[in-house]
Amino acid sequence: MKKSTIATAAVSAALALGLAACGGPTQTQTGGTGQQTGGQAAAQDAFNAANSGKVFNPSTKKGGTLKFANSGDWDSLDPANTYYGYAWNFGRLYYRTLTVYKTAPGAEGNEVVPDLAESLGKPSDGGKTYTYTLKQGLKFEDGTPITSKDVAYGVMRSFDKETFPNGPTYLNDLLDWPKDYKGPYKTPDMDVSSAIETPDDRTIVFHFKQPFASVDYLMQMSPTAPVPKAKDTGTKYREHVISSGPYMFEGEAPAGKNFALVRNPHWDPATDPNRPALPDRIEVSVNVEANDLDNRLINGDIHIDIAGSGMQPASLSKVLTDPALKARTDNPTLSRLWYVSIPTTVKPLDNIECRKAVMYAADLTGYQTAYGGPVNGGDIATNLLPPTIPGHKKIELYQTPGYKGDVEKAKQHLQACGQPNGFETNIAYRAERPKEKATAESLQQSLARVGIKLTLKPYPQGEYFAQYAGNPKFVRENNIGLAVNGWGSDWNDGYGFLQQIVDSRVIRETGGSSNISVRIPDVDKLLDQAASETDAAKREAIWSQIDQRVMEEAVVLPGVWAKSLLMRGKGLTNVFISDSQQMYDYVALGVAQP
Amino acid sequence: MSFLEVKDLRIHFPTDDGLVKSVDGLSFSLERGKTLGIVGESGSGKSVTSLGILGLHKGGNARIGGEIWLDGEELVGASAEHVRGLRGKKMAMIFQDPLSAMHPYYTVGDQIIEAYRIHHDVTKKVARKHAIDMLARVGIPQPDRRVDDYPHQFSGGMRQRAMIAMALSCDPELLIADEPTTALDVTVQAQILDLMRDLQREFNSALIIITHDLGVVAELSDDILVMYAGKCVEYGTAQDIFYRPEHPYTWGLLGSMPRLDREPTERLLPIKGSPPSLINVPPGCAFHPRCPYLDRTDGKGDTVVPELVPTERGHLVRCHMPAEERRSLWENEIKPALETQ
Amino acid sequence: MITFIIRRLLASVLMLVIVSMVTFAIFFLVPRLVGATPETIATRYVGRTATAETVKDVASKLGFYDPFIVQYGRFLKGVVAGADYSTGPSVEYCAPPCFGYSFLTQRPVWPEILDRFPVTFSLAIGAALIWLLSGVAVGVLSALRKGSLFDRAAMGVALAGVSLPIFWTGLMSLVIFSYGLHITAPGGSYVPINVNPGQWAYSLLLPWITLALLFAAGYARLTRAGMLETMNEDYIRTARAKGLRERVVVTKHGLRGALTPIVTIFGLDLGLLLGGAVLTETAFSLPGLGRYAIQAITDNDLPKVMGVTMVAAFFVVMANLIVDVLYAVVDPRVRLG
Repeated sequence: MKKSTIATAAVSAALALGLAACGGPTQTQTGGTGQQTGGQAAAQDAFNAANSGKVFNPSTKKGGTLKFANSGDWDSLDPANTYYGYAWNFGRLYYRTLTVYKTAPGAEGNEVVPDLAESLGKPSDGGKTYTYTLKQGLKFEDGTPITSKDVAYGVMRSFDKETFPNGPTYLNDLLDWPKDYKGPYKTPDMDVSSAIETPDDRTIVFHFKQPFASVDYLMQMSPTAPVPKAKDTGTKYREHVISSGPYMFEGEAPAGKNFALVRNPHWDPATDPNRPALPDRIEVSVNVEANDLDNRLINGDIHIDIAGSGMQPASLSKVLTDPALKARTDNPTLSRLWYVSIPTTVKPLDNIECRKAVMYAADLTGYQTAYGGPVNGGDIATNLLPPTIPGHKKIELYQTPGYKGDVEKAKQHLQACGQPNGFETNIAYRAERPKEKATAESLQQSLARVGIKLTLKPYPQGEYFAQYAGNPKFVRENNIGLAVNGWGSDWNDGYGFLQQIVDSRVIRETGGSSNISVRIPDVDKLLDQAASETDAAKREAIWSQIDQRVMEEAVVLPGVWAKSLLMRGKGLTNVFISDSQQMYDYVALGVAQP
Repeated sequence: MSFLEVKDLRIHFPTDDGLVKSVDGLSFSLERGKTLGIVGESGSGKSVTSLGILGLHKGGNARIGGEIWLDGEELVGASAEHVRGLRGKKMAMIFQDPLSAMHPYYTVGDQIIEAYRIHHDVTKKVARKHAIDMLARVGIPQPDRRVDDYPHQFSGGMRQRAMIAMALSCDPELLIADEPTTALDVTVQAQILDLMRDLQREFNSALIIITHDLGVVAELSDDILVMYAGKCVEYGTAQDIFYRPEHPYTWGLLGSMPRLDREPTERLLPIKGSPPSLINVPPGCAFHPRCPYLDRTDGKGDTVVPELVPTERGHLVRCHMPAEERRSLWENEIKPALETQ
Repeated sequence: MITFIIRRLLASVLMLVIVSMVTFAIFFLVPRLVGATPETIATRYVGRTATAETVKDVASKLGFYDPFIVQYGRFLKGVVAGADYSTGPSVEYCAPPCFGYSFLTQRPVWPEILDRFPVTFSLAIGAALIWLLSGVAVGVLSALRKGSLFDRAAMGVALAGVSLPIFWTGLMSLVIFSYGLHITAPGGSYVPINVNPGQWAYSLLLPWITLALLFAAGYARLTRAGMLETMNEDYIRTARAKGLRERVVVTKHGLRGALTPIVTIFGLDLGLLLGGAVLTETAFSLPGLGRYAIQAITDNDLPKVMGVTMVAAFFVVMANLIVDVLYAVVDPRVRLG
């Protein structure tokens, strides 16, 4: 999926241009079942009742205990040190940031709105400086006021990646930090005014190295959560984050231990229109065995599987065959594509006709089955951009009957390629991933129909991109004609999704890139063009154009646009999935009162 | 009626291969203060008999018939629980090979104490005192110390003495000793036999000694019963058996007796062959395949089961040979042969 | 006896040192030998957007650039003398025995192990009592009624108990008894005994029984075989000849004789379990050492792996020692010197 290092320039461009697309309420949808009001009888369960912009069982009634369970554990509860989508989704319950994703279903939830700040950032200095003013009456859980210095301190401490290695690094890369700055622990006396200034207790000013359009999207990320310097315990802070949100930790929450959140008495709802804060108490169990977690969810013992990544294979067959259980599930599409790279550096796939033969010969229903079928796996992908990304258009260049492949057409292209009897090559996949193995086996079968013989080549996933499939030298020398691949983006826009997998400039001879096969000069140009395009609609058109070009060159065989199957626990109210979270919006949830 | 009367005792074991008649119609009697030796090779049914008297086959799969009268009480038909109450107190047993017959995980003292306390409601302390007394009585040196030793810390002879102490701890009226000296060397054997004789006199109990070795019972026994294949083949006073034996098997046993003046391995009149399987008991006289005088049975040896009949001197013998023939064989051939050695 | 115990204790310490070296080598030296660099190892401890610089900082903070022997020495020193770890604004002292400091959870390993041990201990002891009592009881009854319907049924169940994976029995029993019948606690609902003893037992009842079933089966079979053998011993006949009641003969004499292998296996099983009942803890989401070990290994969190391996090894070594001593207690013929 995601690769770790994103070049600074790419990130800034992405945020400056890409995120702007989501900036406006472009596709506002209202709750589909919004007729009901809080306090009425529970809504009728139905499949996807909380999906696609609908709100299931809307309510404003407060009280009760909301129960989450996690089959694993957080990387950290510290806002400076976490990079899980669910952690950011959940974190909004106990910390506030300068801006926040709007608490709303579907596409409306992609909008960024002010949170601690009175309004979105005010740019100056040609877009290099952004100023935020904090609302009045903000307080930490201990009653001390939240000042701009607390926000600045939060950002500064998150700079120290040696102490907080997990968190996002955008602000490290983009702000104009003094040279040799190491964060407030190692360089406590260094003047950081070149990056952050706090002229008074309510004002915070950010200075960027270069003009940057979408700062508001950066500011909704967890590092802008305020941290009172006097209470900062460094790596230990994760055990009791000082709350700025509607809930605070009940005692300590060390790693690996269940914990609870209770209402923060000093949180003022008047300052916070985004958090309904319905439950009185929130309980979280960690390290729950995954299958048992599903059983408890089905049984009503817990409300939410916090990871939001879908149910276990063992539960799926049970849930999908029982109408009553299926009615409690939602099946959102994720911004994630499972695909196969077709490197152009391996003979005879350097010939486009041979690549097209592969495109036609592949049975995509087999690909879909390998990932668990239409509900758990996802929809058959015909091109790169998933439907959740603005600008997505369906592009069907290699249409085959029922997506099962077209042997005749494939053979015609083989003929044109000068390989009428097919050829032999290797297919790489990550050894630890059974779904990728199943994919490779499925392709082995469907391509054999036209005489293309595939040899399966499993490689360890830890080194997959650095040493094997992502290493151009290895690919050439070992005849990796096909490489099973996948990609999901951190943020929901064309740039964030496409850049790392289609920009030829990210490919390094030493390996390590997710882009294994796309080397198209036009595409690189289009990417640059999109980066400087300020009009959202035009930019979205370019994403689709890039998508089209990649498909024309037949260097990527798209497989599945991923979906997940989520279950609503019994007795939940106000349940919906927002495009920004691609799972239930945890800030909105409430529990029905007995 | 005698103190112990065994009448037509039958102990049969059904097995997958057939019925094993370990004891088949055995009768004998014994008075207080008297000693009976039951002699036979292994598998002849002598140990099964002793266990039968103690009621240790009850609850198992054995089929037991006949009668056992002990001090006027019938035991075959009595309840298992009743017989259990008699065991250890009224009748006790000294087993062969005390190393395996004593529990390896309990001290000698504990095992004697246990035996005593089953039948006597006394404190552990009293029982322990009694155990030390018993050990002293059977000639264990430093009994107050050895009482806390485990069986494996005793020598073979000492273990046997301890075993005797355990059996005698409740002052039983009937004592059965099963091969009490088999595992011991000759000098120790003699000591143990002396001890048993002394103790028997002291306690005035009835004693049954079970052995394959006539020598063991020679000086101790008042009566001797020779068993073969689950049946009695000769039964009489010790005098009768040693000086006027009439059964060829008894002759063989006499010839097999180890003596101090003879090499232990040397046998004068060895019995050919081995004891029969109790499942396929030979037809006719069970001893006939090994009998050197089969030709003198008038053809009945392998067809007709001989009866146990009184000899003219009154002891019982189970043999087809005419009485005169038996006597003449003994006087003219066997006895001289035994004496010359 | 005392010399024996002292000698064995010294050998145990040596054994633990060897275990620690091997574990250390497996998780540190072996990856290096197959080409992992300090940076690639450090990658496991950083987020997905970490820069090469961050990775280098973390690698050097964790001491991955030092030679193996230096790193191992640091580990040993920590165990004996404790160590200091930076939390950022201050320094945290990790008191001995300091098995290291988890970079992922930002906590010293030893308190975490101490924290989880009561869970594993509660699970293991409760289950051990159940399986020992039930397994031995069933084994004795089976042996006394060899070939009976009870014997055959019990041995059938025992075979199933040994063969069924605890993962399956655990989940099935949860589905049936906790979620279906609501008579036992759901998974993951452990309550410490000092908080509420009733809840403690209630929350552990199903894990106990499930885990016990697995072992009870083996003990039943072992006991049955042992009893069949000892009940044919001469000393059993002696015991009966004394006039002992059959119940006493069976328990005091028969079972006592069959006890040695049971004690041996029991000690080793318990020692093994105290180091973490991995599958049971996982199936029931119990926050014990087994679950901790699994997490540590999945996360490749070396200090945790070291700590939990050492604790598990400690219990196994101690169990062996105790079993050897118990052996002499159970069987007086064995003399230790």
